[in-house]
Amino acid sequence: MQPQATWVQTCALILGCTATPALADKASDTLNVAFTKELENVDSYFNSSREGVVMQRAIWDGLIWADPQTGEYKGNLATEWSWIDDDTLELKLREGVKFHDGSDFTADDVVYTVNFVADPANGAVTQRNVNWMKSAEKVDDYTVRINTNGPFPAALEFLSGPVSIYPSDYYEKVGPQGMGLNPVGTGPYRVTSVDPGKHFTLEINPDYHDSPKGKPSIGKVDIRTIPEVNTQIAELFNGGMDMIWQVPSDQTERITKMDRFTVANESTMRVGYLAMDAAGRSGDTPFAKLEVRQAVNHAIDRDALVDNLLKGKSKVIWTACYPSQFGCDQNVPTYPYDPAKAKELLAKAGYPDGFTTDLYGYRDQQYAEAIASQLSQVGITVNLKMLQYSALRDLNMKGEVPFAFQTWGSFSVNDASAMVSQFFKGGELDDARDEQVIQDLGVADTSTDPEKRKEFYAKALTRVAEEAYWAPMFSYNTNYVFTKDLAYTPTADEVLRFTSMTWN
Amino acid sequence: MLGFILKRLGLALLVALTVSFISFSLLYLSGDPATAIAGESANAQDVQAIRELYGFDRPMLVQYFDWLWNALRFDFGQSYYFKLPVADLIADRLGVTMRLGLAAISFALIVAIPLGVVAAMRPNSLIDKLALFLSVAGQAMPSFWFALVLISVFSIKLGLVPASGSTSWRHFILPTVVLGYYAMPAIMRLTRAGMLEVLSSDYIRTARAKGASEGRVMFRHALRNAIIPVVSLAAVQMGFMLGGSIVVESIFALHGAGFLAWESISRNDLPTVQALILVFSMFYIVFTLLADIVNAWLDPRMRAA
Repeated sequence: MQPQATWVQTCALILGCTATPALADKASDTLNVAFTKELENVDSYFNSSREGVVMQRAIWDGLIWADPQTGEYKGNLATEWSWIDDDTLELKLREGVKFHDGSDFTADDVVYTVNFVADPANGAVTQRNVNWMKSAEKVDDYTVRINTNGPFPAALEFLSGPVSIYPSDYYEKVGPQGMGLNPVGTGPYRVTSVDPGKHFTLEINPDYHDSPKGKPSIGKVDIRTIPEVNTQIAELFNGGMDMIWQVPSDQTERITKMDRFTVANESTMRVGYLAMDAAGRSGDTPFAKLEVRQAVNHAIDRDALVDNLLKGKSKVIWTACYPSQFGCDQNVPTYPYDPAKAKELLAKAGYPDGFTTDLYGYRDQQYAEAIASQLSQVGITVNLKMLQYSALRDLNMKGEVPFAFQTWGSFSVNDASAMVSQFFKGGELDDARDEQVIQDLGVADTSTDPEKRKEFYAKALTRVAEEAYWAPMFSYNTNYVFTKDLAYTPTADEVLRFTSMTWN
Repeated sequence: MLGFILKRLGLALLVALTVSFISFSLLYLSGDPATAIAGESANAQDVQAIRELYGFDRPMLVQYFDWLWNALRFDFGQSYYFKLPVADLIADRLGVTMRLGLAAISFALIVAIPLGVVAAMRPNSLIDKLALFLSVAGQAMPSFWFALVLISVFSIKLGLVPASGSTSWRHFILPTVVLGYYAMPAIMRLTRAGMLEVLSSDYIRTARAKGASEGRVMFRHALRNAIIPVVSLAAVQMGFMLGGSIVVESIFALHGAGFLAWESISRNDLPTVQALILVFSMFYIVFTLLADIVNAWLDPRMRAA
C-alpha cells in the first residue's frame, strides 16, 4: 500500500470514520451474496424470477429431487412414487420431517399446497408450473395422490423443480403475502429476515432432514440487492461481498487477470434464436418461403457469435431446445455458416438483391446488432426494433412479428416440452403452424413411455430444423465470481445452491 | 399574502391532475400491463384472465377515474409486482430518498453559495476561475461515472466509506456528494451572476459610503437580493433530486423512491408508477410554493404578483 493511503487511513481511524470491517467471509461464517434484481415476493409461487428460484431451493423442499448433474430423480419429501394410472401419481412421504416453525410435515401439507396453487383463482404467477395438477388427496398421513389434468409425463420434473411444499396451517393463515414476508419451509436454510426486494438473511437449518440436497455447511447467508454490477464488483473488492453472479464477460475477463477471486462459468439453458413467421401470420412476408428461412440459417456465423460475444461456456445450438433437456435429440439437420449459399438460396426464392425487413428484439442489443450485420452480408437488411419484453410478447401473441431475435430459458425445466412444445404446438406463439409437428408434439408431451417420447420429440425437432422454422443460435452462460475462501461448482440450471457451497 | 398562497395552491392542484392524467395515458399506451404481470410463461388465456382480473379490459378513461377516485381517498391500490400496498411500499422507500435529497441540496447550497459570493467579489481572479472550472466539471461529468470514481477511491482504495447500502449515515456520504455536486454548478453560477449585478448597483455604493462593513454589505444588502432566483432554482433542484436520483440510488443500492419509479416503469407496475408520479409532482408543487413564499418574504414587491 502507498504510504499516503496509510496516512489517510490512520487519520480516518483517529476520526473514527473508517468503514466497519465488512462482516463478510469465512471468519464470521456468513456468506454475502448480491442479487441484481429486486425479488418481488419470496413465496415461490408468486414470483417469476431466478432470484426467486434461488430462495426457493434454500427455504423449501420438493417431493422429489433431480440431480443437477445427471438429471436422476431421488426422493426428497417423498421417498417413493408410482403412477397408478395415466393421471394419478401416488407418493409415499418421508416421516419425521419438521418445518422451520416446528410443525410436522404430513400428507395434509402436500394436499393443501397442491390444491391451493393448482386453483387458478389463487393467482399463482407462473401458471404453467402448477396448472398440470388438478388436485391432491390424502390416502393416509404419509401417502398422497396427485391428480393431473390429463397425462403429464414431465410431472416428476416439475415436482423436483418449481413445486415445493408449504406448511398447511401456516399458509392457510398468512397466505402468499405473509409467506413472502415470513417464509416457513422444510429446507436447508430458514429465513431470519425479509426486507422486501432489498435484503434477505438466511440461517442454517440445524434439523435439516436426510435430503439428497445434502447437509448445508455455511452458517449464514446475507443477500443484498445491488442493481449496478460495478457496485457489486466494488463490494467484492472491498470485502463486502463474497459472491456475485451474472457478471458480464468483459468484467470477468479483467477480474480473472487479477487472480484474487475464483471466476466460474457455466452455460445456462437459455437459448438465443431467430424466430421467423413461416405461417405468414403477419401478412405477406419473405419468411413464408423455405429457401429464405434456410438462407437466414446459413447467414448466421454461430461460432463467431459464441467466441466473440457470448464467450464462456456458451454452445452453438441447432435445436429448438437445450441439449441437456430430455428428448432434445441432437441428430437434426444443421446449417453451417455459408454466406454464398445463403445468397444463392435467396436468389432461388426470388430475392436476388435481398430484401428489407423488421427485426424485433427485447434484450442484448449488441447481439442483435451483430446478427443484423451478419444478415446484411447476404443482402437481408433489417430495421432493428428493440421493445420492452411485454410489448414484444403482445405483438407475438397477435402474430404481428415477421422476424425476431428471441431467447427462452425453459424455467430451467430439463425437459424438451418446456421449449419446443411452448412454440410449435399451435398456440398463439406458434409461427410455424405445422400440422405434423403439432401432432408429434401432442404424442411426445402426453406419452408415459420415455422411449416413445424421445422418438416423437426427435421427429418434431427434425421437422422444425428441416423446415428451418427457427434459426437456433447459441446458449447463454453465467459468470460466478467469488472469494477464494469459497468452493462452489455452478450448474447449468443457473440456480445458486447455498447448500452445495463450502468454505475452503 | 393568503390570497397569493391560495391562488398558487389552486394552480398547483391543476398541475398535479394534468401530470397524473398524462402519465396515465402514456403508460396505458406503452404496453399491456397484463402481459408484463403474466410473465414469460403465460399464454393468451392467462393474459386474458389477468386482464379481466385487474380490469384492464375497461376503457382507459374509466380506469383513470377509478384510480383517481381511489387516490383521493389515499387508496393507491396494490403493486402488481410486489403484491404489497403501494402506500406501504412508497412509505418504505421515500425515507431514503428524502434523506438523500435534503443532504444533497444542503451540501450543494453550503458549497455553492459561498463559492458564488467569493467568485463575484473577485471576478476573473484565480478563485473565480477555480469556481468556474468546478462548475463546468460538475455539469460535464456524468453522475454514474463520478460515482464510480468516488467508490473506487474512497471505498475500495481507502476503505473509508461503504460502497452501497443505506443502513448508516456513512452510507449517505458518497451519494450526497455525487448528487449535490450535480446541483451545485447552476446554483453557484446563478449566485455569482446575481451578486455581480447587485454589487454594481447604487444602493450597494450607498451602503459602502455609509461605512457599512464589507461583510454587512455582502450578506445583509447584496446577498438578500441576489439570492432570490437561487431560491427558485434550489426548489426546482430539490424536486429534481427527490424524483430524479435514479442513477445515484441505483449505483449506491439505496433502494429509494427514484429507483422504485424506474423499476416500476420497466415492469409496467401501473399503480406504483402512478402513485410515485403523484408524490413527485406534489414535491415539485410544494417546493415551488415554498420558494414563492420565501421569495415573497425576501422581496415584498413579489407579493403583489
